[in-house]
Amino acid sequence: MADFEPVLLGRILKKASPSLESYRADGGYRALTKAVNEMTPEKVIEIVKDSGLRGRGGAGFPCGVKWTFLPKNHPGPIYFCVNADESEPGTFNNRILMEEDPHQVLEGIIISCYATRAWKAYIYIRYEYGRAFRALQKAIDEAYAGGLLGRNLFGKGFNLDVYLHRGAGAYICGEETGLIESLEGKRAWPRIKPPFPAVEGAFRKPTVVNNIETVACVTHIIDRGADWFKSMGVPPDPKNPRDVGSYGPKLYCISGHVNKPGCVELPLGVTVHELVERHAGGVWKGRKAKGCIPGGLSMGFLREKEFDTPLDFNGPVKAGCLGLGTAAVIVFDETTSIVDVLHNSCQFFAHESCGQCTPCREGTGWMLKILDRFRRGRGRREDLDILLEVANSIGIIPGTTICGLADGAAWPVKNAITKFRDEFEEYIKSGRKVDSPSFVAAH
Amino acid sequence: MSALTEDLKSQILAYLPRYPSKQAVTLPALHIVHDALRCVPVEAIREIAELLDLSPAEVHDTMSFYGFFRDARNPLGRTRVWICRSLPCMLRGADDLLAQMSVKFGVKPGSTTPDGKISLEFAECIGACEGAPCVLINDEHRLNVTADQVDGLVSELQKKE
Repeated sequence: MADFEPVLLGRILKKASPSLESYRADGGYRALTKAVNEMTPEKVIEIVKDSGLRGRGGAGFPCGVKWTFLPKNHPGPIYFCVNADESEPGTFNNRILMEEDPHQVLEGIIISCYATRAWKAYIYIRYEYGRAFRALQKAIDEAYAGGLLGRNLFGKGFNLDVYLHRGAGAYICGEETGLIESLEGKRAWPRIKPPFPAVEGAFRKPTVVNNIETVACVTHIIDRGADWFKSMGVPPDPKNPRDVGSYGPKLYCISGHVNKPGCVELPLGVTVHELVERHAGGVWKGRKAKGCIPGGLSMGFLREKEFDTPLDFNGPVKAGCLGLGTAAVIVFDETTSIVDVLHNSCQFFAHESCGQCTPCREGTGWMLKILDRFRRGRGRREDLDILLEVANSIGIIPGTTICGLADGAAWPVKNAITKFRDEFEEYIKSGRKVDSPSFVAAH
Repeated sequence: MSALTEDLKSQILAYLPRYPSKQAVTLPALHIVHDALRCVPVEAIREIAELLDLSPAEVHDTMSFYGFFRDARNPLGRTRVWICRSLPCMLRGADDLLAQMSVKFGVKPGSTTPDGKISLEFAECIGACEGAPCVLINDEHRLNVTADQVDGLVSELQKKE
């Protein structure tokens, strides 16, 4: 692994200019030219499928397979939505890609649209990413001027328009059908599936929704080939017939109580321990870690003794977490109260539940109220079981909600109580109170 | 009297060719109005609805879903300052930062200073966790806002036009 050279961050680490000219000088748009001139759309899909690329936005669904769900010989239009609503706490890799190397992202979008025969692409970007919005807009303008967007591209009758669409501060817009509803100008209430977006998505037409990092990977897969992508990462688990492997490079975000928080690119499968010690300068203030979140807040918790967990698509699941998620690791040190961490998590999900499904809307609120009660010194022992009961009753897994937000709200609760039960019991017994200004606890 | 100037209306209409439905222009229209007027008054909702062939209730439904947009009872100040409170920032002092900013500006999150300069908000993760605690000034991040930087940031924001 010592000889791994970052690809997605390649130009960013060199501090290369985000301009079209600089991007081209570094070989940019070579992959697009190759795809359009030498490959049919079907061939591009085949290569992406062969590469084993799985969606980087959280769910890890195989990207090429998703594309094949589009109806064949559809008269169009087909829409391509790029999910740049990155809002999972701890995650900021998409922001870095868009701010610092927007043409890499745009090239991936254009190749993906060529492959899926989409005529229009909407980049749904969260409002908070103002710099990324402006960087991408500039890149789009340059691409139109440079004949990379517009009509009859490369003289092949390939038409494509790319538009930026700004969100308005709602986490749920990162859920693909919530994103589509929001794009259509409605409240971002996720849709019941099926129909899946590939059949009936934006504006009732076939639609693909892919994450920013996923489309950036597409650029390099076309440039370097499926075998190159597959030379990195973790092959399928032979004991799990449904596992399709975890291939390619991944952008890992590391934040919280480490000396050097940041975003690093590594082959899928690095362990938490290696990330923290080798790539984030270790735990801050010379302390030990108590635990971490392995892949964005909704994935749950790992204890320090589980830091040998490999961060591929399977590792966190084997350790009881929901999944790899966005591969955003948030470390907390031994002095941190797990009650405070879980309170913060519950506060987030209660704030961001979209309110459509009652179990999620009410359940996230109840869980937060119980955590608030703990922090007022009024916790009861039975509260832990009530918390678990609520957590086990909300989400797609128990079958009570339309989208996975509630599963993400429940998982930190389940993991925290299972893995740190002693600390909760001790906290409740002590009757400790958190001294915080009233508005900080407000939600 | 019309809430939207001709200029605002034409900015909104310029978005129509981008989408196959007029309703899809709702969010862009709300952003345009909100930026210019610092809120979306009821009259503006009616006028957006008229431009997009929607019922005002549909525009209001979308607008009120996103906590982002302010109505005329609580308009934004010139600069909107969001303090992130999500886990990576909380672990590095966000609660104290929010409390400190609140004291310095003399307002609670969600409110605007009496001189109309600053609206203070808390935010859920703003996606700049490598620089926690971080804040968002309108739509630009400011990273690593540690306690010793608060005074400087506050006076910078108060001077901002």
